[in-house]
Amino acid sequence: MAVQQNKKSRSRKGMRRSHDHVAVPAVIYCSCGEPTLPHSVCPNCGAYKGRQVLAKNENE
Amino acid sequence: MRHSNSGRKLSRTPAHRKALLHNLAKALLIHGKIRTTEMKAKELRRVVEPLITLAKRNDLHARRQAYRVLNDHALVKRLFDEIGPVFAGVPGGYTRVLKLAMPRKGDNAPMAIIELSRVAEPAADDKPARGKQTAAPQVAPAGETKGKAADESAPADALEAKPASSGTPKAEKEPGQDESSAA
Ligand SMILES: [Zn+2]
Repeated sequence: MAVQQNKKSRSRKGMRRSHDHVAVPAVIYCSCGEPTLPHSVCPNCGAYKGRQVLAKNENE
Repeated sequence: MRHSNSGRKLSRTPAHRKALLHNLAKALLIHGKIRTTEMKAKELRRVVEPLITLAKRNDLHARRQAYRVLNDHALVKRLFDEIGPVFAGVPGGYTRVLKLAMPRKGDNAPMAIIELSRVAEPAADDKPARGKQTAAPQVAPAGETKGKAADESAPADALEAKPASSGTPKAEKEPGQDESSAA
């Protein structure tokens, strides 16, 4: 089994992890004012492209 | 190479996948609008849209081919007599997939709504039914569409169902465009 010869320093560890991050979601603001995802039905008001898709209490 | 590798497997065996899609197709035709995962919704288009094409052909062989999928004579009858005529003259695009912003709790699966792009209006020859039909979708700009529908329905009452249904496609044209851009 291959075994590392030296301990990775905190600095090296940080350098490796500098590219690890969570993707930032694209956010748009619905006409109702709430933030939502683009190309999707707004979870707050249930409308998409000016059309009511979900009844307001249906989307919970 | 991905030659001839179309379609999604949905992590199921062929028999399981067939059963799932047939069940989803039945549910969509019964309810007109169902909520499922985005991938299932997208795959379901490949099953339901050919069924509607069969319904538009409207002959005995087409009925038997539809029965192979639906396995329900009453539903085949409804498909051919109620849903098919609604799509007469429509060149495809019978369904619409709308993505939901909130994924499913539990497995975080992206969810979507799939619906028939035109609503079958029952009989459409009497005024109350039409009023109910315009009220049922609960369109956001209700004043605008209702006014439009009322304007058209008043003089067109003596005519057939055609003018009445021409009101709804107008209201639904915008969502129709988004389907092509989302696909
Ligand atoms: Zn909204």
